[in-house]
Amino acid sequence: MRPVAVIGIGKTAFGVLPGDLRSLAVEAIAGALSDAGMGAAAVEAFYLGNFAGPSFVGQNHLAPYVGMAAGFGAIPATRIEDACASSGSAFFHAWQSVAAGIYDVVVAAGVEKMTSQGTPRVTEILAAAGDMASEGRAGATFPALFAMIARRHMHEFGTTRRQLASVAVKNHANGAKNPLAHMRKVITLEQALGGKPVAEPLTVYDCSLISDGAAAVVIVPAEHAKRYTSRFARVLAVAQTSDHVALDEKPSVTVFPAVRSAGDRAYALAGLGPQDIEFAEVHDCFTIAEIVASEDLGFVPKGDGGPFAEAGCSAITGRLPINTSGGLKSKGHPVGATGVGQICDVMTQLRGDASERQTARHRIGLAQNLGGSGATCVVTILEAA
Amino acid sequence: MAESREGVVYTETVVHSATPQFAADAPYQLAIVALDSGRKVTVRISGDRAEIGDRVLFVEERDGVAYYRKR
Repeated sequence: MRPVAVIGIGKTAFGVLPGDLRSLAVEAIAGALSDAGMGAAAVEAFYLGNFAGPSFVGQNHLAPYVGMAAGFGAIPATRIEDACASSGSAFFHAWQSVAAGIYDVVVAAGVEKMTSQGTPRVTEILAAAGDMASEGRAGATFPALFAMIARRHMHEFGTTRRQLASVAVKNHANGAKNPLAHMRKVITLEQALGGKPVAEPLTVYDCSLISDGAAAVVIVPAEHAKRYTSRFARVLAVAQTSDHVALDEKPSVTVFPAVRSAGDRAYALAGLGPQDIEFAEVHDCFTIAEIVASEDLGFVPKGDGGPFAEAGCSAITGRLPINTSGGLKSKGHPVGATGVGQICDVMTQLRGDASERQTARHRIGLAQNLGGSGATCVVTILEAA
Repeated sequence: MAESREGVVYTETVVHSATPQFAADAPYQLAIVALDSGRKVTVRISGDRAEIGDRVLFVEERDGVAYYRKR
């Protein structure tokens, strides 16, 4: 396997955007190519993460639809769907193709256009990332699934509403400083605690946003990276794992086995442990998801995720900054764009480009992208050049 | 032998924001019940609100949705 490097990143802002799906994706890809100092003609393969273009905007066959508009021409173009981990998975497959020596220049991107539908219809489209024959049929929305995870986590470990709310407060504080974030608004603990209930115990402040957006990266063999830029990062590891789609098939809902296995595999590939990670972007589709991820990635022992967040340990100035971008909570969650978006956010920190969000240590960063209620997980570890 | 349709609430929530299909039902209680057989199922709770650890039993199936209630 050849070492791989990320040499270019491109992102649209996340939010309620005027552009259509294709123009958003093309904007992100053009940004990544420009950042890498290359034209579209140099790209040899294209992987596009997208969860539900057909449902959100009525368009299928998205990879060539976007790829031709981006100027890629006759190269293989493939759409990957793994729910909210669609573009994490696109990155994994792009990385495999370069690591295996098949291609030298590959683009991984992600896009979702969600705001053309109202919230009830979005809720319905997202619910189909769960098991529609069992939990979906009973009326389980995604907030409901994560609410049941939160309730059980509170029962087993004493996790509190305040601890959940502190994740939202922290991520909004970070996102307020991110020019590309969807909701650049600081919130107070009192606001977060008093939000309108969505699925108890979760309120609107525990839920990520419905956003439009796109993100793209260019990857090459690490030995070629310097030809293009000095501002590259080494991909130390990418690991993708799977688990049951239905929450009720998991032995425990307070553990995401796919997060543990993807994390373990990524640490093994990188020759590192959780203690070596200097900052992380984790998949906070709901506040409880950040707490569980911080445990399953080994940053804290099981059950300590809530106190860790409440004590400020995951703030930008904390022991292990988590979601300095604002996370899905404040930066926004255009589902198919989130995984590659996280990699762009990690790159921004590694390059020292995060201005007032810059972490003290920024040599090794981790991104964790989750699909559904834990059926897909992709963990990526990057090291600054 | 038919599977027992009695068990214990493993976790639960009350859903306030539903999909269009279930909007008229909201708010409604949803639970994962650990049946006595060991299998877990996602069901609706009717009647009194059930909490983790409460024993519940099957009431009826309506439009493909299984309803349980506190024992």
